[in-house]
This record gives sequence, structure tokens and C-alpha cells, in this order.
Amino acid sequence: MLKKWSSRPYVLWSIIFIVVPLVMIIGYSITIKDPITGKLVLSLENFNRFLSPIFIRVFIDSIILAMASTILCLIIGFPVALVLSSMKKSNQNFFLFLLIVPMWMNFLLRTYALRLILGNNGLINKFLTVINFPNIQLLYNELAIMIGMVYNFLPFMILPIYTVLVKIDPLLLDAARDLGADNRRVFTKVILPLSFPGVIAGITMVFMPAMSSFVIPSLLGGNKINLIGNIIEEQFVRMGNWHFGSAVSIILILFILLSMGVMNRYDQQEGENIIW
Amino acid sequence: MSKLIHAKNIIKAYDDNTVVDNVSVWVKEKEFLTILGPSGCGKTTILKILGGFVQPDEGEVIFNDHDITALPPFQREINTVFQKYALFPHMNVFENVAFGLKIKKMKKNIIDEKVKKILELVNLSGYENRLVTQLSGGQQQRIAIARALVNEPKVLLLDEPLGALDLKLRKEMQVELKNMQKKLGITFIYVTHDQEEALTMSDKIIVMNDGIVQQVGTPKDIYNEPANAFVAKFIGESNIFDGIMIDDYLVEVFGRKLKCLDANFEENELVDVVIRPEDFKIVNADEGFIKGKVTAVVFKGVHYEIVVSAEDYVITVHTTKESHIEDIIGLQLTPDDLHIMKKVGELC
Repeated sequence: MLKKWSSRPYVLWSIIFIVVPLVMIIGYSITIKDPITGKLVLSLENFNRFLSPIFIRVFIDSIILAMASTILCLIIGFPVALVLSSMKKSNQNFFLFLLIVPMWMNFLLRTYALRLILGNNGLINKFLTVINFPNIQLLYNELAIMIGMVYNFLPFMILPIYTVLVKIDPLLLDAARDLGADNRRVFTKVILPLSFPGVIAGITMVFMPAMSSFVIPSLLGGNKINLIGNIIEEQFVRMGNWHFGSAVSIILILFILLSMGVMNRYDQQEGENIIW
Repeated sequence: MSKLIHAKNIIKAYDDNTVVDNVSVWVKEKEFLTILGPSGCGKTTILKILGGFVQPDEGEVIFNDHDITALPPFQREINTVFQKYALFPHMNVFENVAFGLKIKKMKKNIIDEKVKKILELVNLSGYENRLVTQLSGGQQQRIAIARALVNEPKVLLLDEPLGALDLKLRKEMQVELKNMQKKLGITFIYVTHDQEEALTMSDKIIVMNDGIVQQVGTPKDIYNEPANAFVAKFIGESNIFDGIMIDDYLVEVFGRKLKCLDANFEENELVDVVIRPEDFKIVNADEGFIKGKVTAVVFKGVHYEIVVSAEDYVITVHTTKESHIEDIIGLQLTPDDLHIMKKVGELC
């Protein structure tokens, strides 16, 4: 009895905050307001509208940028996780702490701080002036958005990979060496495949927010570069067109679900499963 | 036969703790050597030094007349069966066993054939596609042995490979391992704390304690002629009494002068007298050299373990005849039942 009752608050919570909003978004997305009568009419017009070249372009741009940021996070994050996992335990804790400390700060603040570093009068350009180098435009372009995403989401790549790496039994590495593997092969044949679940989790945790982010592109992209997240924000906040905004959200959700499904399939082939 | 592998005067310390203190280990080709000792005696460290996983502070490892002390593990013709098997969880049985062969870039058909053969040897034919996580402890252990043996090493190191198995399986695997070793003609260096295992399987045993070699010899030597009281106590059960060597072949123990087979001690030297529980003969109360009262009887299956309280001494005796508590019995010994040992500083 207790078991049954104890799950009720959670069920209630998920109904109010997950199921209801989702149903509402679906409801908005498949209706439009008739401009003459002002009544709601069932229609797929919203989805149809998204298929125009402008929005498709934005969608593809968002995927490319999110993917590039994810790959960059992986390239930077994997070696960091590897080094971290091979440190002494006390050092591990210290560096993990350093990694997590920025996450205590507000996400917006951190992104604003990046503007101060990358801006035309920012730290980097001031330094370039001092050493007599020409200034470079760092802010308000794709590069700035990517730097912002990598900076904000990197810990979400490092932590799951690190967690998997520290759990690898060092005896397995000894066993591989014993069977003739040099350091490179120990890495490619044992460490890399065993870290796969962590890599998948990291990719998921970076790609999802990177794909839907709107704060980073609007602060660092200077409204010049629109991503899918900005379009949703724009429709809800400025245009007041919740119907089209919801339709774009649904498309984004379906895309993320699809890509995670593909990842998950790949993951299951490796025999481990930690996300789904 | 010459020494195939010889670790000379190995010293290894972690921080200030010397775990291996001037130990030499050598083994001839096709020999089954066991390093026996209680946990923490340095035996696993020796094995790791032989395998190349740990560098000794001092001493050298000679393999086939070549110094391999600085050689990394992957360049040694030695393979190891690890204590917890260390099978690769992301690979199936075939991939685990074929790991070493694939690294050596062997042809696929040769790998297939070798893996098939070795799985037959360890009685796991047809398990190629199983995940190692789906196997029982005994099966995992066989795969670990197969994975090492398939590389046809000159020397196989085994670090308490049967430690995690239940008694029955352990006994079976002891026999199987010994048969494999004979059949393949590979040199085994086996580390264990189980004296019975060591006695059953080995050609030669090195007994270690506190990082120091206590005795080297055949299982028979070590059981029948333990070099000191530690070995006597560690190998099988023993009664150890204080004695005084009166003269060659004469020792004073239990307050009596008894004949023995040992000589070359100093006059009146204090010694340990070791007597195996099964060597006491139970006779009528007045026929023994000492008489005492039975204070405990424990049935052990094949024999009874009885504790006899005689004068000031407590003696453990193994006998196949049933005795009862409060019985007064006599005990008899022959000179070759008394093993005289020089006193060593401290006993475990």
C-alpha cells in the first residue's frame, strides 16, 4: 500500500508539469486561429509553414552548429576525462571540483561574462592591442556561439565519460598488456570501447541543450544568427504566435527523440545501456 | 635442465614497507612451482615482478639467460592468469581468447583454429559467442586460463586463480590444471595461500612469510621436513613444543629425553620440536611415554581430531579410532616423528 501511495506525488507532478504542457503544445501546434472569426480551427498549416526554405535553412544550421559543438566538446572532453581518471584520488576530487564550480554560477551570467572576454573591447582584443596585433571580430558570429556552447556544456561531456573511465578495472589494462598490447592498443582495444557508454551519454547531454539553446545564440550571435531555439522564442515572446512556436517545438522534440533513438541503438550493440 | 626463469635477489618496498626482501626464485622448464604463504607475504608482488607489472627496487629477472628486468609486460613471453580473471567485459568468449593472437596479427583461420583447440582443452567448446558476463565463476576462470594459454607462453603465472571458487570446483580445477600443465609442457608459477593446493599440484614449493623465503623444496620435503616452526605450522596442523637438544639424536621434550633423528645442534640448544597430529599413536594409558585425558573430540570425516591434556601440555592428535571425552589414554612416538627445528625469532 505504502509503495503505491508513495509514488502518487511524483505521478501528480509529472502530470502537471510534463503531460499537461506537452498535450497543450501538441494542441497549439495542430490548430490555427481563424483571422476572421477568431475561432480555433484544426490545421497542419503550422507544420507546412515550417517547410519553407528559410526555416529549413535555420534548422540545418542549428543541427550543424550543435553537432560541431558536441564534437568539439568530445575532442576536448575525452582527454580531460582520461587524464582526470588516471590521477590520484585526492587530485581527482580537486579537479572535479574546479570543473563543477562554474556551474554554481548562473548560466546567463556566465554567458554575459564571455561577451566581456570575446568583445571588441574585450580581454582578448585588448591583449592583442597590447602586443601590437590587429583586433579580430570574435563576437556575434558562429564561432562565438560555438565557444559559448562548448564552454557551457563541456562539463556535461567530461563527467559521464570520467564516471565510466574510473570504473574500468585497472586489472583489465594489465591483462591487455600481459597479452601483448602496447599502450596504444591498450587504449584502442580496451579503454576506448569500455568508455563508449560514457561517450554516448556525454554526446546526448551536450547535443540536446546545444540543439535547443536560444540564450547562447541571442547573446553571442547578436541576433544576426538565428537558430531553432531563437525561432521558438521569437514566436512565443515577440510574435505571440503560440501555434507556430509549438509546431516548431514539436519538430525539435521529434528530431531529438529520433537522434537519441539512433544513438541508443548504436549503444545497445555495444552491450551496455545507461541512458534509456 | 637449466633455469628457465630466475629472479635474483629481488627487493621491493612500498614507501617504507619492504614487501619482498632479497628473494630469489627460479624455475626449470616444465616445472610446476608454487609460491606459498599467508596473504601479505609478498608472493603476489613476486609474480607481478616476473610478469613485468612491477619494477623491483633491486635484483634482476633472468629469462633464458637474458636480463628482462626492464622489459614491459607486452614484450615478455610470459602470460598471467589474474586473481579476478580480468576478462574483457565488452568482448565475447571468442574475442577474449583471441585477444593476444589478434594483437600478434595472426591469420584469421589460424586464430579460429587455435581458439577452437584451446576451448576444447578447457571444456568450453561451443561457448565462443557467449558474453563473459553470462558465465559462471568456474567458466570465467577457464576462459582466463584459455586466454593466457592460447598464446603458448614459455611461462604461465597464476595468481590464486582458484581463490573465488567453491571447494568442490576448486578440487576439480586443481586436477585439471595439473593435467593441462603436464600435457602442454608449460612452466607454471602458481601463487596461493592454500597449503593443500600447493602440496597437491606442485613439483617445487617456495614458502614465504613477511617477504622472506622460509623454505624451498618438494611438497614431500616441506611437509615432512619443515625448515622452521613457521613452515611446520603453515603446512598442515602441527604441535610445536619447546625442547632442549641434549646431544646428537637426543632431545628433551615433555620433560623427558626422547630419541630423534636430528643432529648437529649445539649442546643444550633450545629448539622447537614439531610433531604432526597424525604421528601420535594412541595406546593404553600405561604403555605410552606420556598419558593424558581427552578433553575434546571433533569428528572430521576421515579422522577424529582429539585434544589431549597431558601434564602441562595440550596435544592435538588425529586418529581414525573413536575416543571419548574423559578417557585416559597413552601416547606413543617413534624417533622419526620428532622434527627438531632451530628457534626463529617470531612466529606467525
